[in-house]
Order: sequence, then structure tokens, then C-alpha cells
Amino acid sequence: MSNVTQDTAVRTSTVTRIFIYGLLILFAAYYLMPLFVMIVNSLKPLSEITSGNMMALPEVWTLEPWRQAWSKAQIGIEPTGLKPYFLNSILIVVPAVFISTIVGAMNGYVLTKWRFRGDTLVFGALLFSCFIPFQIVLIPMAVVLGKMGIAGSIPGLVLVHVVYGIGFTTLYYRNYYAVFPTELVRAAQIDGAGFFRIFWRIMLPISGPITVVSVIWQFTNIWNDFLFGASFAGQQQPMTVALNNLVQSSTGVKEYNVHFAGAILAALPTLLVYIVAGRYFVRGLMAGSVKG
Amino acid sequence: MGFLNIKNATKAYGDVEVLHNIDISVEEGEFLVLVGPSGCGKSTLLNMIAGLEEISSGEISIKGKTMNGVHPSKRNIAMVFQSYALYPNMSVAKNITFGLEMHNVEKSVCKAALADVAKLLQIEPLLDRRPGQLSGGQRQRVAMGRALVRNPDVFLFDEPLSNLDAKLRVDMRTEIKRLHEKLKTTMVYVTHDQIEAMTLSTRIAVMFEGYVQQLGTPKQIYDTPSNLYVATFMGSPSMNLLPVDVMDGADGSQFELRIGDQVTKTVQLNGQRLPAGRYTLGLRPEHITDPESADLESGKYLMIESVVEVVEPAGADTFVTTKLQDIAVNTRMRGDIEVATGEVTEFALDLRRLHFFDPKTELRVELEAVGS
Ligand SMILES: Nc1ncnc2c1ncn2[C@@H]1O[C@H](COP(=O)(O)OP(=O)(O)O)[C@@H](O)[C@H]1O
Ligand SMILES: [Mg+2]
Repeated sequence: MSNVTQDTAVRTSTVTRIFIYGLLILFAAYYLMPLFVMIVNSLKPLSEITSGNMMALPEVWTLEPWRQAWSKAQIGIEPTGLKPYFLNSILIVVPAVFISTIVGAMNGYVLTKWRFRGDTLVFGALLFSCFIPFQIVLIPMAVVLGKMGIAGSIPGLVLVHVVYGIGFTTLYYRNYYAVFPTELVRAAQIDGAGFFRIFWRIMLPISGPITVVSVIWQFTNIWNDFLFGASFAGQQQPMTVALNNLVQSSTGVKEYNVHFAGAILAALPTLLVYIVAGRYFVRGLMAGSVKG
Repeated sequence: MGFLNIKNATKAYGDVEVLHNIDISVEEGEFLVLVGPSGCGKSTLLNMIAGLEEISSGEISIKGKTMNGVHPSKRNIAMVFQSYALYPNMSVAKNITFGLEMHNVEKSVCKAALADVAKLLQIEPLLDRRPGQLSGGQRQRVAMGRALVRNPDVFLFDEPLSNLDAKLRVDMRTEIKRLHEKLKTTMVYVTHDQIEAMTLSTRIAVMFEGYVQQLGTPKQIYDTPSNLYVATFMGSPSMNLLPVDVMDGADGSQFELRIGDQVTKTVQLNGQRLPAGRYTLGLRPEHITDPESADLESGKYLMIESVVEVVEPAGADTFVTTKLQDIAVNTRMRGDIEVATGEVTEFALDLRRLHFFDPKTELRVELEAVGS
């Protein structure tokens, strides 16, 4: 993939180029506008927002709304800011991403390299789970979590996200591993490596690109989840639910600048993940389709 | 009882039997080639020997010990795969010693074994590289190294050369042969390429549709193919097949051969006979040739004149098509012959190399000496 050059692009004249770039800039501006508004307003005192122009740069620059949102704002009944909920989100996202990715990798490994009777059926069922709307499973899920005694807790929420995630992660890893010849596993078997040893020593070390895809996908989805968080988290709500409580609070003045800061705080981790690993994301998505 | 014994082995996937009652006994140091078209079950049989596929019924034994149910890593075999199956994340050195490591071989022993193999295959400069940084031929060598380092009882090869380009394939073929002559280890080699089969093997098993059609030395397979399938599969271009009506003659059997559109010649099988009836006559292209290339003094040739239909120069040889029994027949002439399409030219047909097959059973029918 390293020797992909500009030759693959269609040659264009200057006029078309100007047109294309103009269009691209226009769209970029359109998409960046909300972010601009959020950042600008999160750095103003509230009075500047209520008195007029949302689009203007702050007259007085201040970080107070950020401090408020992070550690002081009223969430529900406690004036804790978003900080503890941020921590909850981390406690939910990290194990859920880790477990669903590892399970997905294991599933992909079994479904491609240790095929068994009915394996396509199993894969079909896993794929099907990707298409079940969240709302349908809310009540059955609540019953199951209750029976397991982990309702209203972080482990419960982790379980829900893992269950919902393995459909996607399995799909990713299955398609990725399918490209590698089964002979790889056979060679390792003759060399004397067993099921788990082959997984750890041979399959996982070659899974870098697809692991990036899986982690980004799972991280974004779980971090941004609202419905499961609101339904199953009990007292230990994730960031998204807390943000909603912050923004929707019906008492007092609407502190838009604090809301904006909170919203950015909630979006920051996913943004960070994309910036750090984004290029690998595209590369990983391509890895299955382009034969090295 | 051979070194590697395959006794009445069958393989079924569900209700479909893909290998039927295979019986092969391989002596120590033999080079057995399993050859046949794609899908005939060669890889399945090899994988059964390796223990990668279960055997549905029958028995496979190595050195007198039954291998049914024995794990692949405990059979003391090594295998080279078509895709090489090198571990992408490991260096060449690690690839080669991985099996030793799995068998808990001491580090110093591993190192010595690695050095030996690297020297033998001349891959010392590559040891630190990853498989992705190697050319096809180099990967092939590393794959061989991984097999060699185990010092196995039996080497198994599954189409190891089919991913290489033509020139490299011939070089590696020679190298494998040299390796076998040096190591004298028992080898079982799968290929769909009949030239590889002929050049490498001490014995060949020709397979088709899950049956071993014929098992024999390359010479036996080539000179006395036991049925039409083997006859046409081995040899390139493949054997010409002509329907003939054999009759009793004065001195043995005879049959009429139609040459071109007008002439018919009687071919005498001097001193040899067949029961009268219809047969499929098999003629290899190299046994119909130009008079200069033929050993005419032997007196065993039939000279015919026929019209040239197609000329295909191939460098060392020229393949010329003509018409016998109203069928286009491929013949092989010397490389510098000058013939043109439409010309009438002389062909020398080697009467010692006629093959007869029963058209119904497709089995070979042997000629008998008259009076026996
Ligand atoms: N896992 C399997 N399930 C069902 N049929 C199979 C399986 N593996 C191989 N076969 C069938 O067995 C036959 C022999 O396959 P194979 O040994 O790979 O052929 P070859 O190596 O000679 O090309 C083929 O017809 C193939 O379709
Ligand atoms: Mg095969």
C-alpha cells in the first residue's frame, strides 16, 4: 500500500480544481460551524451570549465555564460537575472495549481457522445482532441483568456493551483473518502449537490494523451511548447521561457557556481517539480488501 | 510393510466420499509424487498423512506405528505448503525454529540446527528479515528450512512450487531433487504438474476423482499407462487417441489406418496379437515424428505421407498437426524442420509404442505374442 501514488487520481484542469476545492472548503466550513460556535461560546461569560451574537468571538476570554462544567455544575441534585461521570464512562468503556475486542478476535479466529458444522449459521446470528435496534432489547436485558444481580451497576453496563459489540468486532476480525491462509494454522499445528498458542503467538500479532478499527469503533459507540447508560447505569451514570442532566436541568438560568463546555468535554475522548488512530483506521478498513 | 503405509484409507465429508480405498506403501527414502487434476483429493490425502484431516476409515502408519488419532506435531513429519504459510510476524530465524521451541528443544541446539539449515539452503543473510520482505523464491526456501530443521521421518509437500514463476520453478525443482538425493529422507509430494511428477519422483501415484488410478515408477506410468485417464494426463502434449478396428491378420493382428482424406493403410502388428474388435489406439506425439528424428534402422516404423494442418514451432521441437482416422493428431518433429501448412510431408510412426485401450472399460489391453 505504500507505493500508492497520485497516478491513481484523475488528471484535472485548473478550473475544475478551483471548483473542487471551493466545494470542499464550503462543506468543511459547514461541518465545522457547530464546533466553532461551541468553542467560542464556551469561552465567554454567559452575559455575552444572552445579550446577543452567538457567532462573535468573546470580548472577555474566560475558562470559568469549563471549570464549572468539569467540577462544579449541578448534575441532578449534586453540584459535582461532570468529573465523576467522566470517570464512570472510562470505567465502562475501557473494559467493554477490551473484552468485546478480544472476544471478537477469538470469534473471528474460530470462524475462519477452526471451522465447524454450522459455523456460518453462528456467524449469521452474530451479524444479525448488529441490526437489532437497541430499544427492542431494553426490557429483556433489564430482566437478565436483574437475574444476574448486576442491574444498575457498571459491570452490568459493561456486559450490555460487550454483548452488543461482539457482533461488529466478530465481523471485523472474521473478514480480516479470512485473508490469511488456513495453512498458517496447519503449519503451526505441525510445529506443535495448540489452539491458544496459535492465537496469541501468530494471529494476534498480525491483527494490528483491524484491532485499531475495532477499538475505535467500539470506543466511539460505547462512549457515545445514551440509551443503555440511561436505562441500566443506576447511580453510576456515564458522561452522556450526565451531560443530558446538565443541559436539561429545569431550574435556574440556562448556562449555555457551561453546556457548551460540557458537550465538548463529552466529545473530547472520541475526538482524541480519531486524531491519534484515524489514519490506521482507514488503513485497517482497507487491509481486508487489498491483498498485500 | 512399508515405511509409510496407507491401508484402505477413505475420506468422507458428510455423505460425500472424496477418497476411496487408497492403498499405498512407501519405502524408506522414496520420493512419492501424488499427481492429478485439481480437486482429485491429493491435498486431502496428504493432510491425512499429516494428521491435519481425520481419516474416515482405514489406517495410516509410519515406521510401523499407527498414526490414526496421533496429533500432527507427534508424527515426526514436516510439511511445506503451497502458500508457504510462513508466520508473518516472525523473523525468518524465528519461523524456522518455532517448531523446535514448541517442542522445548534447548536454545543452543536450536541455534545449531538453524545454522545448519540456513547454510544448506543458503539463506543466512535473510535470517533477520520478515517473510513480507522476501521474494517468492526466498520464501520457498524458508518454508523448506522450517521443514528441514525438524529432521522428520517424512517430508510432505503440497504443491510447493506452484506459486513461483516458470524459471524459478524449474530451479527449485532441481534443488528439491538434489536435497532428496542428499538427505535420503522419505518424501511425499503433491502436484498437478505431470512434469514435476516425472522429474522428481521415484514413484508416482496418479489420482483422479478420489481413486489412485495407477501407482508405479515414472517409466511404468509413462510407458504402460493402465487406463485412458493416466495415458492422457501424463505427457505433454497429451496422447492422441484414435478409434481402430483390430482384425486378425497373417502374422498377428492388424488394423486399417485412414491417413488424411483418401489413403488407408494397413498396420501390421508383426508377431503380436489382440482379440479382434474395436479399440482406442493411443499414440504419443513424440512417437509420430519426422524420418530424420526416427531410428529407422530398427525397422519398426511405419512411414506415412499426410497433409500438415497446423505447425507450432516450440524451439526445441516443432509440433505438427495432421489428420489420422479423421481426427486431428499432434506429432512432434525436430525443431529446425521446415514444413508449411497444407504441405504433404512424411511421418514416421513408431510401431513399438502403440497403446491399446478397451473403449468401454478404458483399461489398457496388452498385446500378446503370437503363438503364446
Ligand atoms: N472441508 C471440506 N468439505 C467438503 N468437501 C471438501 C472439503 N475439503 C475438500 N473437499 C473436497 O474434496 C475434494 C478433494 O479436495 P483436495 O484434496 O483439496 O483436492 P486437490 O488437492 O487434489 O486439488 C474436492 O472435491 C473438494 O471439494
Ligand atoms: Mg490441493
